[in-house]
Amino acid sequence: MRITTFQELEEVCLNRNKNIYEVMMTSETQSGENTEYHTRLQATRSLFAMNNAINVGLKSTETSISGMSGDNCAKLQENFGKNKSLFTPTLQKIMTYALAISEENVRMGTIVACPTAGSCGIVPSVIISYAQDNNISQDEQINALITAGAIGKIVALKLPLAGAVGGCQAECGVASAMASGALTQMRGGNVSQIINSVGLALKNILGLTCDPVCGLVEIPCIKRNAFFAIHAVTASELAMADIVSMIPTDEIVDAMAQTAQLMSPLLKESAKGGLAKTKTAIELERNKSMV
Amino acid sequence: MSNPTIIDIISPIMAGPSSSHTAGAVRLGLLARNVYNSNFDKVVFKLYNSYAQTGKGHGTDKGLLAGVLGFNVDDIRIKNIFDTPEAKKIKYVFEFLEVFNRHPNAVDIIFDGDLHLEISGNSIGAGEIEITGINDYQIKIDGKYNTLLLIYGDEPGVISHVTKIIQENEVNIAFLHCCRNSSGEDASMTVCLDGELSNDQLKRISKLNDMYIIRYIKKLES
Ligand code: SF4
Repeated sequence: MRITTFQELEEVCLNRNKNIYEVMMTSETQSGENTEYHTRLQATRSLFAMNNAINVGLKSTETSISGMSGDNCAKLQENFGKNKSLFTPTLQKIMTYALAISEENVRMGTIVACPTAGSCGIVPSVIISYAQDNNISQDEQINALITAGAIGKIVALKLPLAGAVGGCQAECGVASAMASGALTQMRGGNVSQIINSVGLALKNILGLTCDPVCGLVEIPCIKRNAFFAIHAVTASELAMADIVSMIPTDEIVDAMAQTAQLMSPLLKESAKGGLAKTKTAIELERNKSMV
Repeated sequence: MSNPTIIDIISPIMAGPSSSHTAGAVRLGLLARNVYNSNFDKVVFKLYNSYAQTGKGHGTDKGLLAGVLGFNVDDIRIKNIFDTPEAKKIKYVFEFLEVFNRHPNAVDIIFDGDLHLEISGNSIGAGEIEITGINDYQIKIDGKYNTLLLIYGDEPGVISHVTKIIQENEVNIAFLHCCRNSSGEDASMTVCLDGELSNDQLKRISKLNDMYIIRYIKKLES
């Protein structure tokens, strides 16, 4: 059976007493899309590359090609080391890793598009930070990453995961929902809680525009990764407390797809509106040495 | 990507920062390299529209060059491609253009070496790409299938000869796209395959009448 909605996914998981990653891999095997072996292999490779991106990014202060960014992660680490934070060590780590990976991305470092390059810091920072601090095995992290992929896949059936089509809802927004589901799974949440966490996360990002300054995947993208990694944790906390979204997750995805259609093309990666057309952004564009 | 798999969502592993402007550029270069499939000592890249406006900031220029030199999307050398020995061996030029009737992320890659070939393509989002033209022939190759590309004198019956040879080994044809060039004398055929063609099959296709260009282009790793 080919699963195309969160409702179907939940029903099949409950009926067969299986996890999301198991059911979705079986579904892909049966429809001939992919084998479990290949999915696990890619997830293992991706997880490995995500860890690498973190390790490299944590140590670097090299600027991006445009020269506009590159030192946020270093500053955050320094401040966490010096001043008292309101965040627990794991939350600090999540923010730090999200910046490490996103900055690595703008330096042309190697990252994993998950689901996209612009949103590449969110899923890995949440999965890897939680795993490191809670003794989660590599296998369980891979399962969590596959669940994240399954969540993104179901959303993508209704809305392509690209800022040019869906605004940043479809990039950082979906990444946050994927991360939230993965986290809820690693924390031992049940399937209904995982799917609810996805809905809660998505509901809170409806309308998020994509208006990158100078048309580059940099401003607001890098800092947005840190914000939405923490956003994923918030959704998971609500879901673990069984605070249920009144609107089912599938309907939220429908709303997101509709919002994407209603969103002006000026706010969908064209760099023709919003932040990209602020006074400062226009100055940056004029001064930039890039083209 | 209307029907992505789990793998599509949690990959590719790539040099940042943009799927369409960096990874897509590398893949366009790689696919163009496979289409050219000969030695070259000079390449001209014409970047259009968004590729021209934000290309440098996204490393599109580096990605394209890395691709034609055969580097994969996740290669850590892409960032410093201009300094690699591979890049120093050839001449390359980038031109940045605005042409309203071209795709926002369009590029022409013009090879000079054993032969002169102009290959055009677009980066159509999420790292997906298409090669749309070779010299003045319209073609369509997306790198997802092993593809047979033929340019030949347009005579009746060529399509059926070719498809017959392909199907002998029970190789399934996923898509077939034919097109005539502007003068109407020559035609191009792109055949996307679910399997592999044997050398023997390729040899027999190349012996058909009036075959000018025949290329067997392996699909790209995703
Ligand atoms: S703002 Fe646009 S470019 Fe930046 S991460 Fe979001 S969707 Fe991608």
